[in-house]
Amino acid sequence: MGKKHETPLLDELKKGKWVSFVREIERAAEKSERTEDLLGQVEQSYRDKVTHWKHGGMAGVKGYGAGMVGRFTEFPDKYPGVKECHSMRINQVSGFFYNSDVLRKIAGIAEKHGGGLLNLHGSTGDIQILGLRQDEAEEAFQAYAELGFDLGGGGSDLRTPSCCLGQARCEFANYDTLKICYDLTQAYQDEMHRPLFNYKFKFKFSGCANDCVASASRSDMAFIGTWKDSIKINQDEVKNYVKKLNVQKYVIDKCPTKCMWFEEDNLVIDDPNCVKCMHCINEMPKALRPGDEKGASILLGAKAPLVTGPRMGMMFIPFYDVLEDSKNNYEWLKQLISNIWDFWDEYGVTRERIGELMQRVGVVTFLEGIGLEPIPEMVDHPRSNPFIKFEDEEEND
Amino acid sequence: MTDETKKRLEDKIIGTIKEYTGKKRFKPIDIVKEMEKEFSGDGLSKAEIKGTLKEIMDGGKLVYGYAGGSYLAIPEEGN
Repeated sequence: MGKKHETPLLDELKKGKWVSFVREIERAAEKSERTEDLLGQVEQSYRDKVTHWKHGGMAGVKGYGAGMVGRFTEFPDKYPGVKECHSMRINQVSGFFYNSDVLRKIAGIAEKHGGGLLNLHGSTGDIQILGLRQDEAEEAFQAYAELGFDLGGGGSDLRTPSCCLGQARCEFANYDTLKICYDLTQAYQDEMHRPLFNYKFKFKFSGCANDCVASASRSDMAFIGTWKDSIKINQDEVKNYVKKLNVQKYVIDKCPTKCMWFEEDNLVIDDPNCVKCMHCINEMPKALRPGDEKGASILLGAKAPLVTGPRMGMMFIPFYDVLEDSKNNYEWLKQLISNIWDFWDEYGVTRERIGELMQRVGVVTFLEGIGLEPIPEMVDHPRSNPFIKFEDEEEND
Repeated sequence: MTDETKKRLEDKIIGTIKEYTGKKRFKPIDIVKEMEKEFSGDGLSKAEIKGTLKEIMDGGKLVYGYAGGSYLAIPEEGN
């Protein structure tokens, strides 16, 4: 069968050895006429250098205010298959663990009801089923529900919390990311499925500063694993690394706070000056390990560039004892979240993320609003502090 | 909240969205704030208003739309 739409620009993106999204869409298009039209529309977008999607509108399933993302083509007569091309967000499993049987069933439903395309995983973390029409959304949702899945977040609500694979697979994880992600997802079902916020709000949980789910740059409330005490050093293993790696060049010289050095053959770390960036541990995992007093730092206010520019999260809670608070059903954390959401409800404006609100009202006002005392560890980035102004002594004389 | 107040609150929320259809898009928190002012004499809390709005949404009398942010809308005929 010949191609329905000529796609010379997309064909360029199939060249080379690397996997190609164009090839995957073409494979799906062999079984789905609507996906053939998707190829046509994407080709036209490449040609015109603009998107031809209309964003938003009404798309959803009964009882949910979120979880489907409406997309409509600007050219329904030319590309009737994507007249409606909605995405359904399915709440992913914490840490992205699936068995192969479930993956096949998820894919089967996407083929039956959608355009045969899946996105694993969207930047929020969800499984995304692409190319649905409104009239088939309910049936597709019920099929996923029978597998035990639920819709994720969307719109002005709590987006689906996501986490790295944590202690299930990673020796560096400083807290159980899977558990807190699961527990908070259960606790905030209303906030995920009924948009009541000014705009979106994201939790992301990373077990360490390697930040595999990009929480520091993508989530309004980022939990990044850390430790309070000293890095554990195995000096024998350090010596082994010295034999095969230029430790001075690739580890010590790259330490962002220059808090490590050699004293004779022994590695010394000035732990109070360590920012727990993980670089040295990544380079010499057999020689260095995180300490024993483990928990998470909480950063607030990160976001991607939509509406206004991007922001990195700002440190608000330098050390949160995740394990201890989990024993109290996260009472302390839930109170903090409630305070943040209440303040945002009251003073936020339409499409204003929490980071933008902090910037607009000022950190001091924000802290008063959410009931936190300012402390020196609340920093925008290492070696900065929004509360203490250092002045030249001579200027004061 | 008495049943009578709840009924008035429901009618007011739905009536406001109907009245402003095509003129203004209310995001859910806006309507909650409007109702806080409107029903200040009844001493309704934000949580009670949010709870009532949730029941309205669950009952399908209003639906969520999305245009950059979420807003409340009257369901289209046939949905």
